Parts: sequence; C-alpha cells; structure tokens
Amino acid sequence: MVNAASTAKHRPSTGSGPVPPLSAKIVEPTVFDLSSPGRIGVTMPDPDVPETTLPPRELLRSDLPLPELAEVDVVRHYMHLSSFNYSVDSGFYPLGSCTMKYNPKINEDTCRLPGFLHTHPLQPIETVQGNLLLMYTLQEWLKEIGGYAAVTLQPAAGAHGEFTGVLMMRAYHKSRGDTKRVKMIIPDSAHGTNPASVGMMGLQVVQVPSDERGNVDLKALEAACDNTVVGMMLTNPNTLGLFDENIEKVIELVHGCGGLMYGDGANLNALLGIVRPGDLGFDVMHFNLHKTFSVPHGGGGPGVGPVGVAARLADFLPEPLVGMIEEGDDDTAPLYGFLKPAKSIGRMKAFHGHFGGGFVRAFTYIAMHGPDGLKDISQYAVLNANYLLARLRDTYRVPFDRICMHEFVAEGRFEGSDVRALDIAKRLIDYNFHPPTNYFPLIVHEALMIEPTETENKDTLDAFTDALIKIAEEAKTQPDLLHNAPSTTRFGRMDEVKAARELVLCCGLPEDYSNQ
Amino acid sequence: MNAPANLKYTKSDEWFDPATGAMGISDYAQSQLSDIVFVEILVEEGDTIEAGKAIASVESVKASAEIYAPAGGKVTAVNKGLSDKPETLNSDPYGAGWMVKVEGGAAGETLDSAAYEKHCEERSH
Amino acid sequence: MSYIPISPKERDAMLETVGVKSLDDLFEAVPARHRFPMLNLPPALTEMEAMEELSGLAQANENVRSDLVSFLGAGMYNHYIPSVVDHILRRGEFYTAYTPYQPEISQGTLQAIFEYQSLMAALTGMEVCNASHYDGATATAEAVNLAYAQFRGKRRKVVVSPAVHPQYRAVIRTYIQGTDMELAGDNPNTDLDSQPDELATLIDENTSLLVVQYPDFFGRVYDYAKLIEAAHAKGALVCIVANPTALALFKTPGSLGADIVVGDGQPLGIPMWYGGPSVGFFTTRRSFVHKMAGRLVGETVDNRGQRSYVLTLTAREQHIKRERATSNICTNQGLIALGTAVYLSLLGKKGLRQVAELCYQKAHYAAQQLSQIDGMGLCFSEPFFHEFALCLNRPVAEVNAHLLDHGILGGYDLGQDYPALKDHMLIAVTEMNSKEDIDMLVNILSEVSHG
Repeated sequence: MVNAASTAKHRPSTGSGPVPPLSAKIVEPTVFDLSSPGRIGVTMPDPDVPETTLPPRELLRSDLPLPELAEVDVVRHYMHLSSFNYSVDSGFYPLGSCTMKYNPKINEDTCRLPGFLHTHPLQPIETVQGNLLLMYTLQEWLKEIGGYAAVTLQPAAGAHGEFTGVLMMRAYHKSRGDTKRVKMIIPDSAHGTNPASVGMMGLQVVQVPSDERGNVDLKALEAACDNTVVGMMLTNPNTLGLFDENIEKVIELVHGCGGLMYGDGANLNALLGIVRPGDLGFDVMHFNLHKTFSVPHGGGGPGVGPVGVAARLADFLPEPLVGMIEEGDDDTAPLYGFLKPAKSIGRMKAFHGHFGGGFVRAFTYIAMHGPDGLKDISQYAVLNANYLLARLRDTYRVPFDRICMHEFVAEGRFEGSDVRALDIAKRLIDYNFHPPTNYFPLIVHEALMIEPTETENKDTLDAFTDALIKIAEEAKTQPDLLHNAPSTTRFGRMDEVKAARELVLCCGLPEDYSNQ
Repeated sequence: MNAPANLKYTKSDEWFDPATGAMGISDYAQSQLSDIVFVEILVEEGDTIEAGKAIASVESVKASAEIYAPAGGKVTAVNKGLSDKPETLNSDPYGAGWMVKVEGGAAGETLDSAAYEKHCEERSH
Repeated sequence: MSYIPISPKERDAMLETVGVKSLDDLFEAVPARHRFPMLNLPPALTEMEAMEELSGLAQANENVRSDLVSFLGAGMYNHYIPSVVDHILRRGEFYTAYTPYQPEISQGTLQAIFEYQSLMAALTGMEVCNASHYDGATATAEAVNLAYAQFRGKRRKVVVSPAVHPQYRAVIRTYIQGTDMELAGDNPNTDLDSQPDELATLIDENTSLLVVQYPDFFGRVYDYAKLIEAAHAKGALVCIVANPTALALFKTPGSLGADIVVGDGQPLGIPMWYGGPSVGFFTTRRSFVHKMAGRLVGETVDNRGQRSYVLTLTAREQHIKRERATSNICTNQGLIALGTAVYLSLLGKKGLRQVAELCYQKAHYAAQQLSQIDGMGLCFSEPFFHEFALCLNRPVAEVNAHLLDHGILGGYDLGQDYPALKDHMLIAVTEMNSKEDIDMLVNILSEVSHG
C-alpha cells in the first residue's frame, strides 16, 4: 500500500528549463559563509566577581565552531532572507486547512509586555497573578466558545492536543475497566496527524470512507462501531470544507457503541458563534489558537493546541490546570494557582504551555472581538469561501459541490491536458498569490484546497479568481507557462530528488567538530 | 509497464520468483512511488516469515510504502546493498532491486503477469 | 474591533453571487437546535482598551527584570537577549509565513532553519539536527520513541537517570503510558550521590535507550564517556539532554559518544515568557535520520542553478506515513528556532563562550560565598556549571518567602521532587546576576541562617 501526497513524478521542471550547473550559484551566503575570524556581534561585560579557575581541561571543549559576524552582518543577512519569504503581511495566502488570517499587530505588543516576557514559570503564584488570571480567563472563554466543561491550555500544537485527547479517551475507558477498546475510527479525509496520534499510542486505525456528498458514510461507520472502539476522530467541517449533514447521527452511532467523539478543531474558524462542538456531542476537541485565534504561524510554529473536554473526561486532563485557589471578596482579589486533576494522564510538556507567544495573543484577540465579533469572523470566513466557490465552479471541477464552510476543494486538472494541480499552484505564484494546499485531502484527485479566511476583501478575492480563470485558459493555450512556473520569482522550482538523495542537512562544520 | 511472465505478483504490487525465492516491488510500484530515497528491510536472514508480513519500508520523495511478503518461508538472503542505493528500486526492480529471498515456503494469493497487468491498467484511470 | 475588510454593500453583492439572502443562510447544514448559540463572553474591546487591560495583567506580575532579582533556573534561564533578536522576529515576512511548503517563495524560512540546524549541530557535536520540537521535554520523549522505533519495538526498556529534570521524566511517562515500554532508574529516592556510571547496571539487552542530562538537573557536569561505552556494549542508544549555553564551554555530547542530543533552546536568546514557547532541539547521527521525527531542511539547487533549500525526507512524516510515522508532530517551533539562530549568529564563537564563562564564574563565586554561611553548604562536590544545590537549615519555602520580601526570587525547592533533598535549594546564576545581587543574596541568607 502506498501512502502518498501525490503518486506521480515530481521533477523540478517538466519543461525545457536550464540544466543546473555543477556548482550552484549562491544567492545569499549562509552565516558560516559570511563568517570572518575576529568579528564580534555582541560584547559581553567583563566578570565583576573574583575569577575562579575553569574546570579541568578534560571536561572542556577545545573549539566552538560558530560563525564570527558583526551586528550589521547579522541584520543584513536576516533581512535578505526575509525578503525571500511570502507572508500574510505581503499578500493573499489561501492555504487550505491552515487559516492564514491576518495577524493583528497589537498582539505583537501585548505578548511582549515586560510583565509577561520576563516571568519565570516556577515563580511563586503570588508573584504571577496577572499571568494566572489571564490563563484562567482564557480557559473559561474557550470552554464557552467550544461548549466544554473544562479546558487545558498545555498542549503545544494541534497534533500535541490530539495526542492529549486520545490519551484521555483511552484513560477514561480504562478507568471503567473497559480495556478491550483498541480501535479508533478515522475518516479517509482526515489530516495525517489523526492516524499518527493514534499510531503513537499503539492503537489501531479503522478508516471509514466519505459518501457522495462528502459526509461520513453512515453504513461503513455503523459496521465499524463495536465494543472495541475507543472512539472516532472527526474534523467537522471536514477537510473538504463541508459540514457533515448527518453529524448528529454520526455521533449517536459512536456514542451508541460506547465510543467517545474526538473533534479536530483545525476548522473551528467556521464555527465561532455558529455552533459549539460540545453541544453537538464532541466529547473532546483541540483548539488551534494559531489558526482560529490569530496566533501567527511563524514559518512553521509555534502553535498552541488547548483541549476542551466534556464533564466525564475532566478528571483525566493533563496537569497542571489553572484554578481559583481562594475565592476573593469585596476587599481581596481571588487567588489563582495550579490544580492537578484527580486521574490526570500526566504532564504533556515542561511548564504550563505556550504562554507568551500563544495565550497572550489569543486572549487579546478574543477580548477584542467579543461574542458578536467572533460570530462575524466565521460568517465572513464562510461567505468568502462560498464567494470564491461560486466564481470558480464553472472553471474548476468541484467534486463535492454544495454550500461550503470556510474552505472548499477543487480539482486542479483539465480534460485532455497534462497540467496538474502542482503546475497551477506554481503559476499562481507568478500572479503574486500564495498557492492553495495541494494534494490534500487524499480523496480528491489533484486537489486544490482553498481557504480565504475572513480578513480578505472582495477586490483581493476577485483578483484571485481572475488569476485562476486566466491560468485555466493558459493551461489550454500555453501549458509550458504552467510547467515552468514560477518564472517571476527570485527562485525557481527546486530539485527535491537531489535534496533527498544527497542529504545535505548542515553546512559550515569542520570535519572533526564532533570530537571537540 | 513491465511485468516479466516468469514472476508472480500481488495486488499490492510485490513480485515473487518461484524459481529463486526472490521477491521485491514491481515496475508499476516503483513508477507510482517515483524517486525512491530510502529502503529499510525489516527482516533478517534466518527469520521465518509468512506471506503478507511486512518485509520492507520504502520512502520516495513524496510517498511511503510498506512492502508485504508475497510468499512465506525461511529468509535465506537479504539485499543489504539496497539501503545505500535505494534508486536501484527505480532502475532495476526485478534484478538488482530484489529485497529478500526465501526458501521452503508457500506463496500467498498471487496473480500471473497477464492478470497483474490488467490489475495495473484498471488502476491507471 | 473587527479585522474584516468587507463593506455592507460588498457583502450584499457577494451574497447575491453565492445565491443566498443572508449570512445566516450559509449555515443550514448545522443542526437547527444548536445553531447560533449566544456566547457568554465580555463585549468587544477597542485596541486602546485591550492594551490597557493587558498592561494591567502584565503589571500584576513581578518580573525578573524590573521587580525581582532572580536566582531561579531549573530548566528556564534569565539570560541577556540582544536587541537584534527581537527585531528580526518582528519581521512580518518571518512571523506571518506558514510552514515552507512552497520553497520558491519560502527561501527565507528555509535557509534560516537550515542555518539553525547547522548551528545546533556545531554546538552539540552531532551530524544532523531537525527543524525543532515543542520544548526540551517533548524532544526527550521523542528520543525515546526514536530508540523504540530503531529496534522495531524489540527492546522495551528505557533507562532514565533520576538526575534528569523531573518534568522531562514526567513527560516521558506521559508519552509511553499504555505502550509496552518500561522505565528504569526513574526513581527520585535513588542515592543522588551515586556516580552516573552506576546506571550501567540497569542497562541490558532489552534496553533501547539511556537518558542522562548534561549538566544534570543539579548542575553537575560529568564525563559520560565510560557510561556511554557501557550502554553501547549492550547495544543500547544514548540520549543526552543538554543545556545549550553549557555546550559553549564543556565537551560536546557528540565527542562523549551520544547518539541523540536534545534540550531546550530557551537560553539561546528566547525570553522565559512564563514557560513558553521555547524550542526543543533534537540532534543525532546521520544513521538515525530516517527514524527521527520532525521536519528537516536540506540543501539543493533550483532549476536556475541557484543554491536553495527544501523540506526533505518528508515521506517520514505524519502527512504521508500517517499511522506508521514515528511521531505525529506537524507544527514545530519555527519562529523560536529562528530566534536561536539569530542569537547564535550574533554571539558567535567568542560571545557564546563569554556568556558561558560569565555564568560559570558568577555561579562559582555565589557557591563559594554561600557555602561559607554557617549552617549551609553545597550538597555535591562535583564540577558544576551555573546551577548548584545548596543545603539550608530550614524549609526552602520559608527561606524563599523571606528572600521575596527583599525582592529576591530564590531558587528551586528540590524537596518537591527528591525526598532526600528536603531543605535543599537549587540556585541558578547567569550573566544577568551582578556581584551586588549575589552579595545581597549571601547577606540575606546569612541573616536567615542565623536568625
């Protein structure tokens, strides 16, 4: 069996592009290339204490092979690198499943307030009541938004939240003496993290297909539901951007066999103030604060993946939770501190979670939206997606075509053409748009998964659809334009085969550095 | 698409040579995986395996696959050179790209080359 | 406050194109009885109000730059962060980009991560480094998973030194619960004076991995070469959890023979931020690269012959390998890894060594002065880096409360995790602590001791 993002050939260029020369041209040197012996980037003060002898020589390293640069060298280097990036701040980034919304600038200031920046996670709680109140309040808000009895803020990312949730689900069954449950039901449209989270724990994955409307196939689900099922992991709206029309029946079937329902909150941007997953019967759900609540994606992270649970799972949450240790009265403020749930699965990471870069930004964002503002977010995210869908469905085939939620999936291929989704994606770059997600979900051929988010205006959406319609025309008349794209960028398509076969993962290291 | 007539094939794209006990992945499989960059053989000489057991794990630039034994038996040889030259699976899947040899065992459910070619054809649509 | 840039008129035109009358009509697939709940949340704040609210919360804390002098470490350290680091991290081109899946327009992130990988390999003395984990604790747990996968589940025992950070050990326990793996050595009641070489007695043919910390949780520095040799003799792998600042001074874990080196990158230019986000680094030998979790950036060329970088060996990862992947990790700590790369580039060969030596010198001065107080003493005699265990003659909580009254954030109470170390405080000293700070700590503790 082959698991693949795409099973066809990926060459850097299928057109008649130039052949790379033996030694590559260097666009921006690395910090090791730039190093010059004797340059200094930061001067540290001399010691103000009487000198102590260093430990015996046999414990010390003989050389530290780090680069030597001046401050201006470092600043220019990273500024050059920054100019090679496409970002939300520079343009439209409709990357499906990633919710690349605008990141408000005030968040960057609030999360860097010195009181947040320079507090140690092990300080006495009396000295960090501001942090603890912020965490407590964020827990309360996420409970309200998701419809949950309790929330842990600890998980570091969505996948980490999934792992947390699935550990709790298993612990719950085990605590009831129900030890034969070893299977997790996962639809074929799921993110790879779902089966991987289950695989990490040694549980088995039972895959169920989608039906012709993009819903979970109820017959297959019914057949999979028995007393060996831990539960089901479901993203709703799913990765096709569709709200499952039989969601209540799906949850009833899973609960009916004693299983628990896990909600992958990756697509929560469609549901704020629209429906609370907890009300629908999802027993556990992770939130992606870096998708829904504007924590920036940072070129790959950090994320933040809090998990909400129904009352029957609250005792299994990871430790620690933030709680009110002493209630206040008219004269004294309440005291916040840490609690350990009675049957906790343990600790998911060191300390309390992604406080500064995560909780503070998300708190700021929710505080500035309020209940109506949150509902607006989802309504406009869904409007924008449906507007793109309406404008594109005559040009690109949409295999599951009905009112979508915050994203939809089209096919990036045309009858009688060898142009593929990858080529369309690369050509969009020439029009100065970030491409949609391609080759996911796996159940759509040549998938283009488009998620505009609520923070784009109509002009941008129109320009994007115009570009995609033009590209469809180019695919017929000038397919090489697509095969060779992008051509307007600083860099062209990369040789991924060379990268994987030659495997150069580091630079600038002396050969014997590991012996120092 | 090349499927030599002297070999037996599985629906999951492995081949087995009843004459030599050798097994590996088919030409169709290597072309679907595209550029293979990693092979790990999961069994050792002397192991006794059953048909259907995972014998290798293969990764290409964009895909990964688990390879299942088309036949059972006692493992008499493992192609140790493959891990250094995984691209052999692309260039010579039926020759230098053999993975494991077994003896004294039974083939699982296999197809002859004509039936296998038809099976591949059906999936290309 | 709203960030939605669509006017009512534009909204109506868009609704017409979609073919529905109102925004609410887009949600008919949602069960009616649960549709449009009234959320009980406070009303929206303007930007001005939000800044006031958040400033109030931040000011309700006592921070270690303007309110308190800190001698608290235990896994997170108060180091100086040069201005350049945050100036780079505030570039929208970096922080508002996604994972670099489109390499043609992500070379900034890709090259920066490639440089991060290179810098961390240089620091640890290892051959390869991935693009990062959530933190040092989860990186350590992933090392356990790597070793288990390397032996295809045939070796089920993991030996963990009790002198590994208690929270890291707790995370390992969380990660492996319900699997057939078992832990040995993870016992806080062990004799903590015993030499790490004695861990060798726990390692057998069923052991996949030995985990030790360098410097250990108590700040002690050991030459683990012999222990590692003993582990290798049994066929087990060895993971060293390292403090990256210490690696500017002490022998690399690579040269000691480690197979995996992990740790938390927070000391390298990242604020403590009440515990996160920081970055977990994960370095190893080339032969384990396919079993290593996480993203990897590799060098290649583009179709114009330019040196460039891509995410490579992606078929190892969850989005392709799904339930067969070593780990489910997807999102990493990209931006924080960038911060450590900027920090390491800026401090470089000389600067990082200076920071490490300052920590060493100041910590040793503090230890020497504190150990002269009657009724107090150093708990261990081994060489140490910038952290040491001080034996007090009364409960740590009591002493710390007194210190706090004088604006000092005292050390970590070791009795919480190690019953034998009741009344022992773990004190951390960095370049941020002046001689004056240290003398003040010594004076107050003298008073406490005599009082």
